[in-house]
Amino acid sequence: MKSGLKRCRRRAPWLLFTAVCLCPVYALAGEGPFLITYTHQMEEPGNLEITTKSVTGKPADGNRFLGSALEFEYGLKAWWTTEVYLDGQITARDSTVFTGYRWENRFRVLPREHWINPVLYVEFENINGADKSLLEVVDNDGEGDLTGLNSENRAEKKREIEAKLILGSYFKGWTFAENLIAEKNVKHAPFEFGYAVGISRPLALAARPDRCNLCPENFQAGVELYGGLGTHEHFGLSDTSHYLAPTVAWTLASGPRFTVSPTFGITETSAKFLLRFAVSYELDQFGRTARRLVRNMGGGR
Amino acid sequence: MNRLKTLVLVLLLAVASWARVGTLVQQAPPKAKELSNPFDGQKRAQLAGAKLFARECAACHGPNGIGMGKAPPLNQSDVHEAVPGALFWVLRNGSMKRGMPSFAHLPEPQRWQIIVYLKTLKDR
Repeated sequence: MKSGLKRCRRRAPWLLFTAVCLCPVYALAGEGPFLITYTHQMEEPGNLEITTKSVTGKPADGNRFLGSALEFEYGLKAWWTTEVYLDGQITARDSTVFTGYRWENRFRVLPREHWINPVLYVEFENINGADKSLLEVVDNDGEGDLTGLNSENRAEKKREIEAKLILGSYFKGWTFAENLIAEKNVKHAPFEFGYAVGISRPLALAARPDRCNLCPENFQAGVELYGGLGTHEHFGLSDTSHYLAPTVAWTLASGPRFTVSPTFGITETSAKFLLRFAVSYELDQFGRTARRLVRNMGGGR
Repeated sequence: MNRLKTLVLVLLLAVASWARVGTLVQQAPPKAKELSNPFDGQKRAQLAGAKLFARECAACHGPNGIGMGKAPPLNQSDVHEAVPGALFWVLRNGSMKRGMPSFAHLPEPQRWQIIVYLKTLKDR
C-alpha cells in the first residue's frame, strides 16, 4: 500500500506534465482583458487555465520591482471555480523572493443569466509583507508598501481571508464588472475594503470565418478603475490609493492570450505608474485527461 | 380537507418539475424561442461558427458534435429541428445542473454564428 502511494507521488509530476501535453485543444481564456477586476464568467468545468500576471514599477523612494503571480484556475463545476496563486517578486539591487500563496474559490449564485449576475468569492492568502503582485488594492495600500528591503518585509506575515462580491453584466458586446472587496487578517487588524470596476469590449462582435491572429475579434480593449476604501473604522477615500488602467488583450488563434495594462495612480498615495502584463493559456478538459491517465496507470498495475 | 390540498399541491409540484425535465432546448421559454437568427443561411457565418465551435464546444461535445462522455451529441434531430431562439437561450444560460457553462461572454453575433453551424451538424 505504502509503496503504491510512493509510486503515485513519484509519478504525479509526470502525470501532470503528460496531461498538459495531451490537452492541445484550447478555449478562449477567462476574464476578458481585465487583470484586477473579476467578471462573473466562470471557468468551464474540467478546464485548467494557467496564467502569469506580472506588474513592474519604480516607487519614488524605492527600487524597480517585478511582482509576479502564477495562477492555476480550474473549473470544478459550472458554478464553482477554484484557483491557486504562487507569488514572488524581484527587486533591483535587492533580491528575488517567494512571497506566498493564495487559494481562491468563486461561486456563481444564480443558475441563469440576468442583467446583473452575482458571484461570491472567498480567498485565503498566506503571503508576507514583501509581496508585490498587487492583485487587489484595499484599505490604505499605496506606494509606501512597495519600498523597504525584502529581508525586512518578509518578516511580516499576512494570513488573510478575502471576500468579494462580484457583479457582472453583458450588454450588446460590452462587459461590465463591479467588485466589492473585504479583507481581514485572521489574527488582528480591522476589516479592510476596496473596489474594482471594469468595462470592456472586443474590437469586433462577429467572428471572421478564417483562422487568424490579427482578426479584430481577437482583441479586447477596456479600462479598469480600482482602489482602497479604508477600514470599517475609517471607511472612505481619505489617504487611499486609486488606479486607472486601460487594458488590451490579444488572443492568438492557437490559444495563448497576452494582456497589457499601463496603470496610472490617480491619488497622492498611489504609485505613479505601473505596467501590468499577463500571459495565459487554457487547457480544455484537463481534468478528463488527467483522470484517464490515472485510470490507465491503475489498470496497468 | 387540508390533506387533500397538500396532496394536490405535491402533485402540482411533481408535474411542474416533470415538465422541466427533458432536453435543455425544450426548457427554453416561449419568448426566447421567438428570436430569429440574423445570420441564418449565410455561408460565411457557418464557417465562422465552425471555427468558434472548434474553440468553444468541441472539447466537450466532440468534433462535429458527436458527443463525448456526459456531453450530449449535437448532431441529433432535437438540435437540428430546434428553433434558433431556443438554442440561443441554451448558449446564453447554460445549465449548472448538467455542467453546461454559460456562453454569455461570447458576443451575441458569435453565438448566432455557432447556431448556424449547429444546424448543419445533422448526420455528420
